[in-house]
Amino acid sequence: MERLLEVRNLCRRFGGLKAVENVSFSVKEGQIKAVIGPNGAGKTTLFNLVSGFLKPDSGTVLLDRLAVQDLPSYSIARKGMARTFQHMKLFPKMSTLENVMVGRHIHGRAGFVPSFFNLPWTWSEERRMRREALDLMTRLDIENLAETEATSLAYGQQRMVELCRALACSPRLLLLDEPAAGLNMRETAEMAKMISRIRDMGITVLLVEHDMSLVMNISDEVAVLCYGQKIADDVPLAVQKNPEVVRVYLGEENAQDS
Amino acid sequence: MVVRRVLPTLILIGLVVLTEQVTRITDTRYYLTQLTMTAYYGLVIMGLCLLMGYAGQISLGHAGFFAMGGYLSGLMTTYNLEALKGSSLGSMLTTLNLLVSRKDLYGDVTLSVHPWVSCILAVAFASVVAYLVGGPVLRLKGHYLAMATLGFGIIVYRVVLGSAIFGEADGFSDIPGFAVFPGVEVSGRASVRVANYYLAWGLLTLTLAGLLSLVNSRIGRALRAIHGAEDAARAMGINTPRFKLQVFVLSAALAALAGVLLTHFNGAIGPAQASVMASVRYVAIVAVGGMASLWGTLTMGSVLNMLSLRGYFGSLDDAVFGGILIVIMLFAPDGLLRAHPLARIRSLLRGTEEG
Repeated sequence: MERLLEVRNLCRRFGGLKAVENVSFSVKEGQIKAVIGPNGAGKTTLFNLVSGFLKPDSGTVLLDRLAVQDLPSYSIARKGMARTFQHMKLFPKMSTLENVMVGRHIHGRAGFVPSFFNLPWTWSEERRMRREALDLMTRLDIENLAETEATSLAYGQQRMVELCRALACSPRLLLLDEPAAGLNMRETAEMAKMISRIRDMGITVLLVEHDMSLVMNISDEVAVLCYGQKIADDVPLAVQKNPEVVRVYLGEENAQDS
Repeated sequence: MVVRRVLPTLILIGLVVLTEQVTRITDTRYYLTQLTMTAYYGLVIMGLCLLMGYAGQISLGHAGFFAMGGYLSGLMTTYNLEALKGSSLGSMLTTLNLLVSRKDLYGDVTLSVHPWVSCILAVAFASVVAYLVGGPVLRLKGHYLAMATLGFGIIVYRVVLGSAIFGEADGFSDIPGFAVFPGVEVSGRASVRVANYYLAWGLLTLTLAGLLSLVNSRIGRALRAIHGAEDAARAMGINTPRFKLQVFVLSAALAALAGVLLTHFNGAIGPAQASVMASVRYVAIVAVGGMASLWGTLTMGSVLNMLSLRGYFGSLDDAVFGGILIVIMLFAPDGLLRAHPLARIRSLLRGTEEG
């Protein structure tokens, strides 16, 4: 399988803190890859580095063999990488449909001048974008929320809308930042099913997650971060048995659970 | 669907015609002068509404762009280029109709820039300045952006106030009319009052129609997305710096165009038009109109500007707009036309207000 995303020797410091230190990993096309790690392990920093929201001190990020680490985030999005946020960032005062239509932004071309003069071709583009957004919402079974203000929805629904908005970009690689955060068990199971379906649509998924059940059930590969360093990267079963992972991650978690 | 989108604009056109007819019947034609000025201020306010209400970027320097348009066009159409007359450059520009001869108030012949040329140059200059200023300044957010644009406004104000070429504290007067089409001249003469009224409101209506279509388009959605969650907008592939800059330049160009036209209409411009207070007034009107509401802003802007121009606020004019800003921020941050003032007062009294 082709490597769709390849991260090499990525480093990022915040003052004296090495948030991400020399991390390398890759995501193969059609895979679900998860990055896990205890709080403060540098997962979100790594995500922001990959998606262009932070610039690395050193190292490279290759998206389909193209170096993207120096590109602004919106250019990376145009190259086929969409992402969600740990703290959902839906657009307030806009309907769910409008939120999803913003996701279609890069697949339209009406600029300031054609839109200002209301040129006829912009109408058909607008109709097309609306139809595509609604089709996608139907596939995710949220078309009934189309006219509701997105930020007034229930938490679980908002997560689904955010996922839908990211999918509306028609990405090749989808980055999900803690997609199950704040979801109850039933919603988490639904989210897991949804992520598998997204992979089956042909979209490669990289996710950062806390919820082990979600990660271990659906991921093809799991990388483990601890204090900014990668300590394991393998299929889920092997990672679960890795003694170092058990010590730094599962061990701590188990101790807290009791 | 189409009817619903066009209907408000048709009503506006109807109101414009009705108002003109009422002034004819009641013999109150003099109202048309202030109504024309109100329409030109409306252009500034519409542009600022797009920038502030939709894209979420505040500007406390828009009077600067307005003044840039007015002052530059005033300068170019009054500056005597008689010295160029003999030269080949002068005769070339005259043949191209870029320069025109006219008699000034005292009967002397002056050679100056054609109003169309000066209008285009003035708006273009203001747009370029907006582009150069906006590039770095729009990286700032919130209070910092407000401060930076405020600084820009103060610079423009001090430049026109301190430069002999801009007439210092007197500004310009005796600015000639602007013959937009043959027979239609932007000027304050009573004989062309009705034509000017229709020209100004026609331009405002067209601008409003364009902006309405803009805010309901892919671009409008992108602007509102930037306003609501800039990070998420960038994650959707929206080139946020470019969009912010484009909308800033567009609103500056509208302000400059309004400045050009109003200056020719009044035949004069003074430094007060460039003052920070003028900028605050524009911001107050956008706020009272409901920020992201072109119709609300147009309505409140027309009412307030009309009252102000007719002198209802007297010497407290500026104080009224300052007061409006405070009251709106406290009681109806979503604007007067879609506020729930009672609920707001209750929440303020209880102290449950956040952010």
